Amino acid sequence: MTLELFSQYLLAGITYGIIYAIVGIGFNIIYNTTGIINFAQGEFVMLGGMISISLYQWLPLPLAIGAAVILVMLIGALVEILFIRWLDRPSVLRMIIITIGISILIREAALHVWGEGVRSLPYFVGNEITTVPVLGARVSPQVLWVIGVCTVMVLGLSLFFKYTLQGKKMQACASNRVAATLCGISTKNMVTLSFMLSAGIGALAGCVMSPITYTQYDVGTGLAIKGFTVAILGGLGSSMAAVAAGLLLGIIESFSVSVVPLAFQDAISISLLLAILFLRPHGLFGNKDAADLKEF
Amino acid sequence: MLKIKNLEAGYGKIRVLKRISLHVNPGEIVTLIGANGAGKTTLLAAITGLIRATAGEILLKGDNLERLKPEGIVFRGCSLVPEGRQVFATMNVRENLVLGAYVQHRQGKRQLQEGIEYIYDLFPVLRERRHQLAGTLSGGEQQMLAMGRALMAKPALLMLDEPSTGLAPLIVKNIFQIITRLREAGNTVLLIEQNAKAALRVADRGYVLETGKIILEGSSEDLLTNRDVQRAYLGRDVKEN
Repeated sequence: MTLELFSQYLLAGITYGIIYAIVGIGFNIIYNTTGIINFAQGEFVMLGGMISISLYQWLPLPLAIGAAVILVMLIGALVEILFIRWLDRPSVLRMIIITIGISILIREAALHVWGEGVRSLPYFVGNEITTVPVLGARVSPQVLWVIGVCTVMVLGLSLFFKYTLQGKKMQACASNRVAATLCGISTKNMVTLSFMLSAGIGALAGCVMSPITYTQYDVGTGLAIKGFTVAILGGLGSSMAAVAAGLLLGIIESFSVSVVPLAFQDAISISLLLAILFLRPHGLFGNKDAADLKEF
Repeated sequence: MLKIKNLEAGYGKIRVLKRISLHVNPGEIVTLIGANGAGKTTLLAAITGLIRATAGEILLKGDNLERLKPEGIVFRGCSLVPEGRQVFATMNVRENLVLGAYVQHRQGKRQLQEGIEYIYDLFPVLRERRHQLAGTLSGGEQQMLAMGRALMAKPALLMLDEPSTGLAPLIVKNIFQIITRLREAGNTVLLIEQNAKAALRVADRGYVLETGKIILEGSSEDLLTNRDVQRAYLGRDVKEN
């Protein structure tokens, strides 16, 4: 393999990997505050893309994206308030089934609103054929946008959890819900906030990736499976592990193209998911003792 | 400070507490003793709003706590150190204390730091361990951290649920010494204990709870010398006296 081809595959892998990582982090944020997997996470990404494409007809690109992210965050909050908040001590299984229901609901609603067509935002800089040279390879500047925006999001989130009061409160809920209540923290509000936060990062990722991956009403399902694989692969609950696992999965997928046909790409991630669930259910970087203590 | 009148509460159709009345005056340590299943923890759950009372009332500084959510009750100045410590295991000691001060989050950085220093003075071992994850502390240290975290809220009433459970006798002694120091500093404490002897030694007054009813109340000296209490809770046979 030539160096040029190598860096081409590597950059493609990183681009998809970091998107998977963002979806995986979305899973983790909600998992940490509620103990459930929100299977509607992929739909937030789809909604971000679709809403920004629609708004782009009337608004300039940055405003359309900003408004789309805010709208999806509100949708995230609404979903939590309507379907999760009022439940009195629901079981984990019940909440997971609810999130699967929500994801179908959003997907069908999107089908009615936007139809089956494939849409996309315009390239932020240049057009389909603009390229910049990176490490001997030629890539679209949009690839750099995806990698840049997702990296900023990851860094922003870790600063948020480390230094802000809201972030600390969410961490407290994740660590021990009873104790958080006894400190005067409203755990229900923290759950709403976690839905808003993961909806927001999903939506932003959905906007920046739209020009290269395109957006359709059902892209959420595939992304949710990839994101779920990444979250499990890294070890549920840890955001940095999700980033590492996301990049790993993305790079494995893109290099696999040089060995097996493209059609096998999805099979690879599913096989990886199965293998990890059988062999190391606490993830590559997760702690087994901590995982044993968890309900799910 | 705290006044409970004819309180009834339970889980589902099971009535655990049957018309309980008790009060805690400002600045005193009151202990509630009773065996397993007497309803001690249920009473605390009702005061902290984790379960709803079905009858009766709970007044804190004259205000009814009936309609408040658990987190709202903490803001009113009623902090619980729960049974089994419940520290934030994945966060370090200092972060645990900072979160304890959440209800005071409008206070300045300086007051927060002073509060933390006060806790470090009360429990010097926490100062040594301040960068360590709470989950890696020993049981006694976790108990101290849980107490420190509750004190960070500067509560009007501090409630302790079985602070001596599962701790070595020397640590228990240390914890009870600190409880007496809290009274000297002007705190009001409601102490729930199975270890009746140790609890009555530090308390001003006590209540004895049995199968959801208060069967005895009085000053600590009276309860310590009461024959029923001695037989049932202090492990002393009547004949030996």
